[in-house]
Amino acid sequence: MTHALLPVLPEAVLLAAACTVLLLDLFLPPSRRHWSFWLTQATLLACAAITVATAELQPLHAFGGLVVDDMLSDFLKLLSCVAVSTMLFYSRGYLAVRGLFRGEVLVLTMLALLGMMVMISAASFLTLYLGLELLALCLYSMVAMHRTSNAASEAAMKYFVLGALASGMLLYGMSMVYGATGSLDIHRIARVIHAGQGNGTVLLFGLVFVVSGIAFKLGAVPYHMWVPDVYHGAPTAVTLLIGTAPKLAAFALTLRLLGVALAGLEFDWQGMLIVLSLLSMVLGNVTAIAQTNIKRMLAYSTIANMGFMLLGFLAANLAGYSAAMFYVVAYVLTSLASFGVVMLLAREGFEADRIEDFRGLNQRSPWWAFIMLLVMFSLAGVPPTLGFYAKFAVIEAAVGAGFIWLAVAAVLASLVGAFYYLRVVKVMYFEDAVDTTPIVARGDNRALLSANGLALLLFGILPQPLMGLCVVALAQSGFL
Amino acid sequence: MSFPTFLFYAFAAILVFAALRVVTTRNPVHAALWLVLAFFTAAAHWLMLRAEFLAIALVLVYVGAVMVLFLFVVMMLDVNFDSLRAQFRNYVPVAATVGVLVLVEMALVLLGSYLKPGSAALPAPAAGGNTRALGLLLYTDYVYAFEIAAVVLLVAIIAAIALTHRRRRETRYQDPGKQVKVRAKDRLRVLGMPAEKRDG
Amino acid sequence: MNLAPVAGFFGPAWPVLWTLAKILVIAVPVILGVAYMTYAERKVIGWMQVRIGPNRVGPLGLLQPFADVFKLIFKEIVVPTGANRYLFFIAPMLALGPALAAWAVVPFAEGLVLADINAGLLYILAMTSIGVYGIILAGWASNSKYAFLGCLRSAAQIVSYEIAMGFALVGVLMCASSLNLSDIVRGQEGGLANWYFIPLFPLFIVYFISGVAETNRHPFDVAEGESEIVAGFHVEYSGVTFALFFLAEYMNMILIAALTAIMFLGGWLAPWPLLNSDTVLGFAPFGDGLPWLLGKMAFVLLVFLWIRATFPRYRYDQIMRLGWKVFIPVTLVWIVFVGAMMQTRFAPLFH
Repeated sequence: MTHALLPVLPEAVLLAAACTVLLLDLFLPPSRRHWSFWLTQATLLACAAITVATAELQPLHAFGGLVVDDMLSDFLKLLSCVAVSTMLFYSRGYLAVRGLFRGEVLVLTMLALLGMMVMISAASFLTLYLGLELLALCLYSMVAMHRTSNAASEAAMKYFVLGALASGMLLYGMSMVYGATGSLDIHRIARVIHAGQGNGTVLLFGLVFVVSGIAFKLGAVPYHMWVPDVYHGAPTAVTLLIGTAPKLAAFALTLRLLGVALAGLEFDWQGMLIVLSLLSMVLGNVTAIAQTNIKRMLAYSTIANMGFMLLGFLAANLAGYSAAMFYVVAYVLTSLASFGVVMLLAREGFEADRIEDFRGLNQRSPWWAFIMLLVMFSLAGVPPTLGFYAKFAVIEAAVGAGFIWLAVAAVLASLVGAFYYLRVVKVMYFEDAVDTTPIVARGDNRALLSANGLALLLFGILPQPLMGLCVVALAQSGFL
Repeated sequence: MSFPTFLFYAFAAILVFAALRVVTTRNPVHAALWLVLAFFTAAAHWLMLRAEFLAIALVLVYVGAVMVLFLFVVMMLDVNFDSLRAQFRNYVPVAATVGVLVLVEMALVLLGSYLKPGSAALPAPAAGGNTRALGLLLYTDYVYAFEIAAVVLLVAIIAAIALTHRRRRETRYQDPGKQVKVRAKDRLRVLGMPAEKRDG
Repeated sequence: MNLAPVAGFFGPAWPVLWTLAKILVIAVPVILGVAYMTYAERKVIGWMQVRIGPNRVGPLGLLQPFADVFKLIFKEIVVPTGANRYLFFIAPMLALGPALAAWAVVPFAEGLVLADINAGLLYILAMTSIGVYGIILAGWASNSKYAFLGCLRSAAQIVSYEIAMGFALVGVLMCASSLNLSDIVRGQEGGLANWYFIPLFPLFIVYFISGVAETNRHPFDVAEGESEIVAGFHVEYSGVTFALFFLAEYMNMILIAALTAIMFLGGWLAPWPLLNSDTVLGFAPFGDGLPWLLGKMAFVLLVFLWIRATFPRYRYDQIMRLGWKVFIPVTLVWIVFVGAMMQTRFAPLFH
């Protein structure tokens, strides 16, 4: 018998450390700010270590069913810690030159991670919602953190208003499901629906709102309006945070809500997800072509990628879920590297966020041009990168579930997508550099970014271990 | 109609009317005050459902604190609401169509099963009042959710301070500690001077 | 007393009438108390400043409050140009309403309370927190810069001090393990040493000072600030409308005194339990009961006046500093301390 608090030990450590950094940072002079930074990194490492050390093969429920500690949550938590830690390494220099390298940013990042962890291991609507709000609140304020930038304030405002609306919808849907089934516990809801009890009409209404809320949070079309503005307006470091680890948590949210609690309404939500997925893939990829700003382009790419993820998800079986999970993991890895390179090129007073800023990158630094090449290939789904296998897996899952026409549409959409990803490659390799400022960065940043880029290649060639992990984690967590 | 039923409809009518006035009134301060009235009547409904803790908490938190701060801001804003409203009118047809559609749709589906007279009896009041019952639940079964909610509030504090606090160089602060520690000899120097005599 | 025949006479209207009668029995003495509070204020401060105070109307000036009331009633009510008429008249009522309503749950002696509800303490907090609307609306509806400044100051001040006040009450309810005001008094039975002001001394002080701030009294009366913003939120009010604000302020003061007495000073309990056994004809003249509560309230009110006669006015930023940086941390620390002590063998001291 393990201790009742063990499942939430990583969260507890994270919260305690966040409070410590918050207080410690008040008394640190700016020249010692790196203490807070390293303390944060140590905390993330500790959280990752604890998550691994307390990993359980069988799902373990705690706090009267509010929390579940299964392999799925351990795996996603571990990845979130790694993603957030990497994000901090990448953005340290970027934040410092903009006067944003402050204790609050570190603390809010940690608390955002706490929100993600709560979401990932939630087994009740209550904890799912609270985790989501915690994450969202941190992100809203971090977008606005660059106070002198009008674009950032506008982005934060849009993000906040639309995000609040989405939370409202999700909450409304959850309360309807609660009204119909009389429970907030996802497993109990699943049992009630399975037994055919509960008011069907109210459940369906609740489902509509829940799916809308999820689509808002994922940024799927037609709930995507906030994504480009927020990605563009936010400081790139915050864009990096928004575009990576929270996607893992959003995947967990979708899985727990639709895949567990509302699994009995599978045929109803499949239809909705088909629409969302198709629209996202088409609209995201087509609109991205017209973008000249790389952050905006990557935002539309996110929309399209969420469409692909939903494509795997709507197969609603182990193959589909694990393909979707693999897709999210691949997307997070790629996204980290893409914004990492953007931040690497940025310097004081220069954001490097236009596609033309990448002109002739090969002449300035062949290595970083190569890494960016890998990233773009991975996003476009060119073999042998990670993105290829991810797209292959979700399309295979969709075909396996009988959605052949949808799979065809997905292939066509990714062909359109390849155009604008490869345009970046063309600009880097076949145009002459205008700006020849040398690229400077800290050693840890360079090493990590190189490793990240090479990982895209490595996992692309050898995807099986990662895919195997996804399948095992899901199978052990009860998705058979 | 029994007295509680009468009260229910009376409060419900006030609530709906106040809520309508919140969105239709021209003056934002009036709108905020109508909202206060709406909160009050909602609290009255909760009282009738024997949820006295929720009712009083609604008044205490929303009426007593949130709306006060809201009024505070609204009163200081000098927004020309007519110009905002002009734009609003452009969207009315679309908004009204969508709104009516959703309303009709929900009504069609839900009315059939919900317009029957309710048969559910009020649950028996918890022993020792529902404040105690809620407290017991919050600190036992839901303690995890309670703590996370506390962290959400902590984030709100951190974010609000981080976004608004700026150190102004020109502001002069008073340090009461230093004021108290001041001694006469820090400020005054008593010089010993011999008295001077006037010549003559 | 058998009221059954009377009740039968009025039939179904009886519960309403009976409640109204009880309300009057509370409200009339409170209003009279306000009248003589103003008299006492002027007399006491007069004595402290070596003056005489009012001594013209009636013997010893005892009829002075009535003279003031009649003067105010017969004065013209002036509505400023551009004022919002409805809110201008509603504001004083909104200030007075909660001040009166809060008395509903105040226990005057064992069993002597209008509404003995379980969530009494919360109810009091809710009622005192909505009194601020009268002030805000008065300032806004007057269409006057001075009034507006006064109302902004007041709103910020009241909202800030409410937090400290609420936390101080949390300490009380931890000790009493009840939100019912009668139970809180009963929890302090057993003499002076059991009154909550001893284990909760910091909270007692914080509560009292926050009470002074909540009622916009000296030295926290920046909302009125005669020397800076003329008279703050009620600068445009005259006649009866002004009288209502005046009434509300003093009623709140008496309410704070009553609550301080109930929550920290043992309410209607006598300081020595022995006084209860000291009977004359089966009746203990110095035992538990209303006189003790009134005496304690009188003492607290005297301190209100004493403070007014002694201290200069705080500056606005100093008020905020005191509220947020001193009182709230003090209350938080003490709540944690009390909670921790309750887990040790000193627990009986805190119950």
